[in-house]
Amino acid sequence: MKQAKRGKVVSFNKWGYIFLIPFIAVYCFFQLIPLVMTIYYSFFENYMSGMTQVGPNFIGIANYISLFSGKDLLKYTANTAIMWLIGFIPQILVSLLLGAWFSDGRLRLKAAGAYKVIIYLPNLIMASAFSMLFFALFSETGPINALLVNTLHVINKPYIFFQEIAATRILVGFMNFLMWFGNTTILLMAGMLGIDPSLYEAAEVDGATPTQVFFRITLPLLRPILVYVVITSLIGGLQMFDVPQILTNGHGSPANSAMTLIMWLNRHISTSKNYGMGGALSVVLFIITGGLSMVVYKVSNGKED
Amino acid sequence: MAKEGAMQLQMDKEKVTGGIRLRRVVANIVLILLCLLCLFWFYILLINATHSNAELSGGRFHIFFGKYFGANFMSLMKSSINIWRGMLNSVIIAGASAILSTYFSSMTAYAIHCYDFKLKKFIFTFILMIMTIPKQVTALGFVQFMRNIRLHDTFIPLILPAIAAPVTFFYMKQYMDSTLPLSIIEAARIDGSGEFRTFNTIVIPMMKPAIAVQAIFTFVSSWNNYFTPSLIIKSDKNKTLPILIATLRSADYMKFDMGQVYMMIMLSIFPVIVVYLALSKYIVGGVALGSVKG
Repeated sequence: MKQAKRGKVVSFNKWGYIFLIPFIAVYCFFQLIPLVMTIYYSFFENYMSGMTQVGPNFIGIANYISLFSGKDLLKYTANTAIMWLIGFIPQILVSLLLGAWFSDGRLRLKAAGAYKVIIYLPNLIMASAFSMLFFALFSETGPINALLVNTLHVINKPYIFFQEIAATRILVGFMNFLMWFGNTTILLMAGMLGIDPSLYEAAEVDGATPTQVFFRITLPLLRPILVYVVITSLIGGLQMFDVPQILTNGHGSPANSAMTLIMWLNRHISTSKNYGMGGALSVVLFIITGGLSMVVYKVSNGKED
Repeated sequence: MAKEGAMQLQMDKEKVTGGIRLRRVVANIVLILLCLLCLFWFYILLINATHSNAELSGGRFHIFFGKYFGANFMSLMKSSINIWRGMLNSVIIAGASAILSTYFSSMTAYAIHCYDFKLKKFIFTFILMIMTIPKQVTALGFVQFMRNIRLHDTFIPLILPAIAAPVTFFYMKQYMDSTLPLSIIEAARIDGSGEFRTFNTIVIPMMKPAIAVQAIFTFVSSWNNYFTPSLIIKSDKNKTLPILIATLRSADYMKFDMGQVYMMIMLSIFPVIVVYLALSKYIVGGVALGSVKG
């Protein structure tokens, strides 16, 4: 009798494995095999030269050597970093401010719910359609130029945004800001609401100003969530693709100044069909994002250990 | 007397925090400006979708609605871009992804939440660690592999991977930790319910709120996804909305009827806005829950 019961308990826990089968099978098939294939491709010479297929020939780490010795990797990394920073710096500052306002019980913002709904809205918009919209609005004959030239008379002839390096990068950064500051605000707000209210009460009794409270209590206690937000946003920045791809029609124009790492990868996969170099680039990106993911894991699960 | 004292205290407090009214005003003004900054683009989109190509290329900035909404809609219907087909493809892919992702992520979360087995901690840690690794880094191998097994230019590589969704899994796990007591599962067992049946008839219904939130998130991110579909889909009949939008940009842009372009952007964006506004309460509440542990 006792034996039978123990057998049953074990058989229940066996169901843990059974319920994990779909996840593990799909993960291995659609993620792990592609990862292994990507790494495998990175060691081969394999590209189209005009109409002729070169390779695949095993060439060891030659792809990595040419990836790191060429100027492109550095340039596109810098482009990605610059456009990420243009969006991220205002994003984190605005989000900290808004998060502090939303979580401040004494401020009692009546329309807080409506504000949150509206600032989160751009995050759900199709990035490609939003970029197409920005392209149309900021094009030479678009409404923004019409507004500046004919309605407000700020300038006499249309400003061609997409031929200027700074204007193109700022527009990409601005769109990233618009799409992500609401999301960051909600995350930071949740973090601020998790801070022990008695600390604020004590600060109030001691006569601390709101600025002091923010820098001496909120910011230090928010550190784990801030680190989480910065790192996940950095990972998001490394993935930057849709917005600059559509705005510049995949060219990264002007002068490759808006070409991001993933746009470059996309070019290797779909246009130049250089799978060897694309593979090497993917592996480098995998190592970087994998390392950053470890950091995210450490910050968000550190408390348990 | 006591009431008076309380009132006096209240007044003192108001005096001490005299700056709060000013701060409230500043906060409201800044927030209203930020909201206008968010909404401005969609307002212009809506306005421009109601104007004709001639009006739009006339160099005037439009603030009010025009009369060409119907005309733009009809001309988009007749154009060479098959937007209904694109929309249908997008709905099929996003809908199927949402269903598979929420059902199987609940199942994975249930396995970790409810059972004790040797590899449990290892698998849980593994899923959390891969959670933020982007799919782009394996895209090259993914596209080649799909081509090798002849799934290229089908919906399968865009739908099935949704079964293994670490972010959805994590949300479901968090939700189960707070709402699914193991005693209910024990009770079902005593009543003779099989494990799989317990999952389908007891756990899934209890997970409904979490499933709804995650179904929306998965649907929207699949609906908006451009990178993977653009690498997998080749034939016109299988193209999704973001790919059609991209073709607007890549073809000779100046030749397009701008009224039609705005109309098409609007049709890609507004379904999501409408659904979002209807369910915003649940969505905004769900954003923070699925990311950092409190």
